[in-house]
Amino acid sequence: MTHVLECQGLRKTFDDLVAVDGVGFHIAEGETYGLLGPNGAGKTTTISMVVGLLERDAGEVTLDGEPLTSSTTEVRRGIGLVPQDIAIYPDLTAAENLAFFARLYDMPRKESQCRIAEVLETTGLVDRADDRVSKFSGGMKRRLNIGIGLLHTPRLLLLDEPTVGVDPQSRNAILESVERLSGAGMAVLYTTHYMEEAERLCDRVGIIDHGQLMAEGTRAELVRMVGQRDRVRLTISGAVEPATRALTALEGIDEAGARDGGIDMLVDNASSRLAGILAAVADAGVTVSGVDVDEPDLESVFLHFTGRALRD
Amino acid sequence: MMKSAFTIAAKDMRERIRDRSAFILGIIAPLGLAAIFSFVFNPIQDFEFDATYAVADQDGGPIAAVFVNEVLGGMERAGIIEVVAVDSVDAATALVEAASDPFGSEESADAAFVIPTGFSEVVQSDRPAAMEVIVNEGGGTEASVAVSVADGFASQLDATRLAVATTEHLGASGDRADAGTRFLSLPEAVGITNVTTTVKQLSGNTFYAAGLAIFFLFFTVQFGVNGLLDERNTGTLSRLLAAPIKRTSIILGKAITAFVLGVVSMSILVVATTLLFGADWGNPIGVLLLIVTGTMAAMGIMAIVAGFAKTAEQAGNFAGIIGMVLGFLGGTFFPIAQAGGVLAQMRFLTPHGWFMQGLGDLAGGNLADIVPAVVALLAFALATGSIALIRLRKGLAP
Repeated sequence: MTHVLECQGLRKTFDDLVAVDGVGFHIAEGETYGLLGPNGAGKTTTISMVVGLLERDAGEVTLDGEPLTSSTTEVRRGIGLVPQDIAIYPDLTAAENLAFFARLYDMPRKESQCRIAEVLETTGLVDRADDRVSKFSGGMKRRLNIGIGLLHTPRLLLLDEPTVGVDPQSRNAILESVERLSGAGMAVLYTTHYMEEAERLCDRVGIIDHGQLMAEGTRAELVRMVGQRDRVRLTISGAVEPATRALTALEGIDEAGARDGGIDMLVDNASSRLAGILAAVADAGVTVSGVDVDEPDLESVFLHFTGRALRD
Repeated sequence: MMKSAFTIAAKDMRERIRDRSAFILGIIAPLGLAAIFSFVFNPIQDFEFDATYAVADQDGGPIAAVFVNEVLGGMERAGIIEVVAVDSVDAATALVEAASDPFGSEESADAAFVIPTGFSEVVQSDRPAAMEVIVNEGGGTEASVAVSVADGFASQLDATRLAVATTEHLGASGDRADAGTRFLSLPEAVGITNVTTTVKQLSGNTFYAAGLAIFFLFFTVQFGVNGLLDERNTGTLSRLLAAPIKRTSIILGKAITAFVLGVVSMSILVVATTLLFGADWGNPIGVLLLIVTGTMAAMGIMAIVAGFAKTAEQAGNFAGIIGMVLGFLGGTFFPIAQAGGVLAQMRFLTPHGWFMQGLGDLAGGNLADIVPAVVALLAFALATGSIALIRLRKGLAP
């Protein structure tokens, strides 16, 4: 698969602070890659080095095989940046903001007019196109902020925590937009400290903390890496001991034990073994009144690799 | 690079027009203050002729006595003029210069007559004599009358001398034709040298208009040069830096904005104060040159401020202090050149001082006279602009 973005050994220090240390990853066409980490983990610094806002101390970045440095200008045409902070001109209208960046990216007039209309449509701002941005709600500003990044149809879209401080409705709209863009073949680098966003959007996730990429892969790969299994809890009525013995005898089940009037256990791939579990318990003469299955998530993966919770 | 720079400048201009701040600070404020200053310090003139002339009679001879006692004395006795006797040319010049100084002392003269030593003796011989009339450039009716009085006196002397010579010649030879030829070859008895004061000054209205215009220019160009700080503040700088454009074009865009805002606001002020307050800025080409170079100097200084400030607010505070100090030293609020001494010389350390000097030179002379001011303003622009460019480029470096 062709890599749209390739980063190797990115390193950035600020005096004694090592902000990013040896980060490397790649993103393919149509792939959404998530950098998941808490605030201060090095996500924004990594994006800033990718786009050339920050000079990197070490490492290489290529876009479609072309080296990206702070002095290259033409290669940057293939990148769309959506900064973490809203970066738009409040005294201009939405259409004027878009038109300004269209000119800056040297888009032909006809093409830019079409794209401005499309972006306004995509961001749901058609009705407010000629209103000054200063009158927009926070969510509308966020959507325009993303729209500007998309305007010139970049090969790579960099989204730096685009949903911070956004209401749930706008947040959902933003996530849907990203899904559409990825589906349309755009490579997306998405940084977030929201585990749910990473799980929903990202084909692959990089766990970053203290400037280091601790692990990366698909959600399933990451879960496998940390050896996490599903936790199943049965709420029962009847004798616990026979049921526990019966469950322990089953393949793929560990640590079955009675807790608070129920039975907890670790199960490899609970969905495929649940029927067998319930049958074994029934054979032991125990009635099951409730079943809870907790699948391991990126939060637990993050906890495993970093030793702390994502929002610590 | 230029295309990106103009795109950024056009966007900035649109923003500035929208928020009206540049319009208020660049045009309304200086215009309003110029109007107030003008009304307060320049009472409405009536049109009654009331002139004061100084006379420096260094001759003391009979012809000079006739001019002082009979010609000027007669006018004074008729209540048309007031005559002030002075000892020297310098004293006469100082009185005339004081008339054009809106803050000058009450002792002043609309014009001065200087009758040089030996004037009477020369007039009575066959040699040409000269009398000086000192007036201010644009001295008005009073100055014109002074020149006319001197001219009239000179003509009288010529006529008298001719009559005397004719009588003498006819008495000797009786040949009228020969006498006529000889009289035509006689040199003119008295030449009137119209001397313009060497220190050229602006009229009151023009002074206030120009002073406040250059003072506020420094704040107007701030809207352009502070643009980088504004972009940083709104977060849009990262978008500009991520765009496929040269970083220098961002700085250039801001410079274009500052330049256009400065030149346009100054030009509007020139036209408005000319039409509304009767300000006389002088030769339009010279004024344009001073505006352009003055704007460039203002941009350079304010760009240094922007380069060292961390926020737009901090830059505004620094700029306020620097603008006030330079404006004061440069003599934009009062003609500091009249103060003399170190203070008067210190105005040349500021673009304001050179701008005002240039306008003064333009008012009292020709276009070539403003070359020193233009060169000085360009030097300011070059020196400060170079420092600012280095600083700003460093600020944009990744």
